[in-house]
Amino acid sequence: MPPLPPPPVASQALWAPALSFNESLVLAAVLFCIGLAGVLARRNLMFMLMSLDIMLNAAALVFVAAGARWHDAAGQVMFLMILALAAVETAVGLAIILCLHARGRPTLDGDSNNLLQG
Amino acid sequence: MAAFLIPLAVLCPLVASIILFTCARHLSTRGVGVVACGGVGLSALCCVILAAWLLARPVTEVLHVDLWTWMRAGGFSAHIAFMLDRISLLMILVVTIVGGLIHIYAMSYMRTDPALARFFACMTLFVAAMLVLVLASDLLCLFIGWEGVGLCSYLLIGFWHDNPANTAAARKAFYLTRIGDVAFLCALLLLATATGSLRIASEVGAAESGQVSHMVVNAATLCMVVAAFAKSAQIPFQAWLPDAMAGPTPTSALIHAATMVTAGVYLLARLHGLFALAPAVQALVAVMGVLTLLMAACTALVQSDLKRILAWSTISQLGYMYLALGCGIWQGALFHLMTHAFFKALLFLAAGSIILRAGHEQDIFRMNGLGRAMPGVTAAFVAGASALAGLPLVGAGFYSKEMILSGLWPARFMLAGHDIPAGPVLWGLGLLGAFLTALYIFRAVFVVFEGDSRTDPTGRTPAGMGIPLACLAVMSVFGGMVEMPDTLAPIHLFTAFLGLSPPQAHEPAWLVLAGALAPLSGLLAAWVLWGRTPRIMREMPGQASIIPLAGSTPRATDALYGLVFVRPLRVLLWFVRHDVAAYCLGRTGRLTRLASDRLELARRGMIGLVAGRTVMLTREGSILLGRMQDGRVRWYAAWIAAGLCAALATMVLP
Repeated sequence: MPPLPPPPVASQALWAPALSFNESLVLAAVLFCIGLAGVLARRNLMFMLMSLDIMLNAAALVFVAAGARWHDAAGQVMFLMILALAAVETAVGLAIILCLHARGRPTLDGDSNNLLQG
Repeated sequence: MAAFLIPLAVLCPLVASIILFTCARHLSTRGVGVVACGGVGLSALCCVILAAWLLARPVTEVLHVDLWTWMRAGGFSAHIAFMLDRISLLMILVVTIVGGLIHIYAMSYMRTDPALARFFACMTLFVAAMLVLVLASDLLCLFIGWEGVGLCSYLLIGFWHDNPANTAAARKAFYLTRIGDVAFLCALLLLATATGSLRIASEVGAAESGQVSHMVVNAATLCMVVAAFAKSAQIPFQAWLPDAMAGPTPTSALIHAATMVTAGVYLLARLHGLFALAPAVQALVAVMGVLTLLMAACTALVQSDLKRILAWSTISQLGYMYLALGCGIWQGALFHLMTHAFFKALLFLAAGSIILRAGHEQDIFRMNGLGRAMPGVTAAFVAGASALAGLPLVGAGFYSKEMILSGLWPARFMLAGHDIPAGPVLWGLGLLGAFLTALYIFRAVFVVFEGDSRTDPTGRTPAGMGIPLACLAVMSVFGGMVEMPDTLAPIHLFTAFLGLSPPQAHEPAWLVLAGALAPLSGLLAAWVLWGRTPRIMREMPGQASIIPLAGSTPRATDALYGLVFVRPLRVLLWFVRHDVAAYCLGRTGRLTRLASDRLELARRGMIGLVAGRTVMLTREGSILLGRMQDGRVRWYAAWIAAGLCAALATMVLP
């Protein structure tokens, strides 16, 4: 792996971040694991969607933290894009639930909708 | 000031479109029309001011407006940038002035439609996209406009979406032009990797100075040609344009006759420096152009739907432009583009008035003798028809066709070191095309306007439709007189406008004479066949079977598409749907078991045992693998997470 470039000199920073880079990475990892556990453990489709959003937010947090560390706005731009992605993902998920309702399977149980089983 | 006017010209229709898309409910029918016409009219005003500004400058003056950098990645950069030179000036004038007239016409034509706001929103969006297309100085920016006009075309063909046939026509147009869009993207990628920029000027410069390899130039121009052919409905993509007549008539006039279908011609004329380096591609363009020209003219001869006649005629006239581009006469192609925009818009608008007055009847054999009932529309249609046919002196098409034909005579192709003097052959075929053009359009004129009146047209043509018709009729008659062959008069305003020196070599007078006689003989033949003896030809059953080949062309091309594109996709779909792989696996398993049973019966020995084990293993394995596919999202997520962990572990752990 190529070595990461050093962070900018401290005197250039106008403010100190509340969390250090490592702390935010740990926070993001914890968030990601919570989200993953939610996706794996919950059977309710709504809660699975929410857990997916938590995972996306964890990834977004890493971008923001990296952007803050290297003083680069690209991290926040990526955050905006992930935000849009999360909105789209939620919309598609909700549309699938609505479709199930329209097809006469009014259930939120993720495991009972297994028509694709091999 | 000029740098400010260029974005303004694009913004006016765009803002009108946004207003119409978002707050249509708060606007009255009149308000919708005013917003749409105002947007396009302001844009036309900007273009006229720009024209006055640019024409006062030296001919080589090019106005660049860089709005912003779109993206920069590595050595590649793309900009939202506009460029105004003489070619784009010509195009924006045609687009905004003809577009403005069509908008005024559409205000009356579509007055009673409940979805008027959606119609005008799409139309103004189209004008904005077309302006982006012709003004762009970066090929990626041009591509935005290219896709935008395609989208608007799709939306407007399927405007009356209650009828499934209309949406099918819209989808057909979209899919067929999509093939060209993919080819365009391929050309962009080739050029971008070769030069690192998509600026039109730098592309052409780099290619001319030999920085780009010969093969890349050939491949990129070939892709561009495919893109242009798909947009302009040339062979082999011609099938979508006649079906596109399902849209409202002003749409057919603006998009499928005057502007969008000529975008390909503009692209090739804009990159004429690049195409001059690929003579093989140019020869291909000329040959396909002349083929399309003759095929579409023959097909137009046997159509009975008025709008379809005009659609095939558009394809045929575009063939003329590609023929000219292929022989390097790009100024002739642009001149024909301009006059074609005038007279074809006029013909479509007049046809729209006729269809409206005849009670939405499009079959020319059911609307005889309309000439006496609507003299004004008749005069406009005949003016457009004589311009399309290129009747000498009274039609704009005569001068532009003359420019192309006289340029064709000395044309030569340099192919693989051979010098092929193809000019006279192409000239002869072009002349035949001119004869056919006059024949089919005056067939329509004689059938529609002459003879006994069968239908009783009601109402009057409102002034809102009459005034644009009159303006376009004047432009169709006099628009061609800006450039004349030397034999008639030494007027070369058009070539001077483009900043070219007038042609030095004087074409022989008999070339001009032949170009004038061909449409006249076509007119005479049409009069003999359909004007003088109306009964015989009109009552003849199976009129379309005179030229069986031409009559069956549309069906034959549809069948060809079905064979080449649709059938393989269907087969692939069948394979996927019936899970052929799983079926084969299952069948193999069963066969193995059967064979092993037989072997066991025969030998009851080692081989049988092994085969039995194989069967068991296959079965167990398939059950195990099948269990993974349990259709539960959570388990899929778990598998993905486990795979991710494994991949990360192999990367991170030494």
